[in-house]
Amino acid sequence: MWRLGTVVALRDETATARTIMLEIPDWPGHAAGQHVDVRLTASDGYSAVRSYSIASAPSVERRIEISVERLPDGEVSPYLTRELAVGDRLELRGPIGGWFVWRPRQTEPIQLIAGGSGIVPLMAMIRSRAAAGSTAPFRLLYSVREPGSVWYRDELRSLPERNHSVSVTYAYTRATPKDWPRPAGRIDTALIASATWPSNLAPTCYVCGPTSFVESAAGLLSGTGNNPAKIKTERFGPTGDRQ
Amino acid sequence: MAVISRGFTGRRAPEAGKLPPGQYLTATFPVLSAGPTPHISLDRWEFKIDDGTQVLRRWDWKSFRSLPTETFTTDLHCVTRWSKLGTRWEGVSLDTMFADLKTDESYALVRSYGDYTTNVPLKDLMNHQAWIAFRFEGEDLAPEHGGPARLLVPHLYLWKSAKWVRGMTLMREDKPGFWESLGYHMYGDPWREQRYSGDE
Repeated sequence: MWRLGTVVALRDETATARTIMLEIPDWPGHAAGQHVDVRLTASDGYSAVRSYSIASAPSVERRIEISVERLPDGEVSPYLTRELAVGDRLELRGPIGGWFVWRPRQTEPIQLIAGGSGIVPLMAMIRSRAAAGSTAPFRLLYSVREPGSVWYRDELRSLPERNHSVSVTYAYTRATPKDWPRPAGRIDTALIASATWPSNLAPTCYVCGPTSFVESAAGLLSGTGNNPAKIKTERFGPTGDRQ
Repeated sequence: MAVISRGFTGRRAPEAGKLPPGQYLTATFPVLSAGPTPHISLDRWEFKIDDGTQVLRRWDWKSFRSLPTETFTTDLHCVTRWSKLGTRWEGVSLDTMFADLKTDESYALVRSYGDYTTNVPLKDLMNHQAWIAFRFEGEDLAPEHGGPARLLVPHLYLWKSAKWVRGMTLMREDKPGFWESLGYHMYGDPWREQRYSGDE
């Protein structure tokens, strides 16, 4: 039930976040949006497990990527973002979850809304869309603290050039880039109206981020006429680990 | 045999003995829900017990709140691995709500506003193991935590404690609810670590 993965590459996303690429010989494949349990075991047998969203698209290679944010008082995330080295082995269980997923057979418009590290499962959906050659229209609204907090920066920047049916809108909550048209602030009704699909197109919405962010964004979506049954959410607890 | 994580020491909780296997302690109260938080006004709230064909019992908010209540303190264990100890609640025991109701059924499919469902054996809802709770730590239950009222069946993983409850259907055979149809365990005992459908 626990699979063994080997770290094959590490990449820093921001000053506090790191992507870990793992090779897992018996990985059965996954769907975009699913997560994996990671187990660390100390030399005396004590172990700790946390769940992390998978960032990579399903692929024929037995590889997955997870992206982890270092929490100042975390038990597992400081290890994964600082100590872990290429060649180390990790125990994993998964993939897990069947609700907050996007599958290539979905052809309806897709609205993604990410708060901070909530981008991870949504990035898996964007990557899965490309890998499957899907033409489903995607919009991403990505709320970050400041320009330096953007994960997958280069890949997101090059998306619209490569594919006209994926658009990305950023919302900055603390500090914006120079000459940015919208002042720093949380996602509000005006931004939902301008940056998300009109509700009459009946998009499926995926909202992922900290609890208060998801409460607010999902509330704005249903307040602008979206069917609550088509708003899928994934919330992080106040302590910040994926919970 | 577990693989040792080179350089990992971990943090052992002083109250670790109270934690089921694979859980860690949190002092916060994380929120997990599959969709937006429904906001239900008390004058439209109702709770029904049915058997699939007919309604056996029905309460509106006023008649529900006129039932005798209990305050209790319990530990919460979420399948996503956090546990919160010593939480204080007020609610109506399911024993009270089933007081004069005779049934031969063995399972309940609990229903929520927002169409969430979860299945629980009826015997797990009886004998002061389950409540319809409406107050948490002395305050009215907040919508994001399931207010106005949620089921609390704390000896099972917390997804069984459906938020925003509106009723339950009694059934002869066990039938999966929302998460149980998506790979989670039919029963969900945290002490036996019954997280996912393959777990014994």
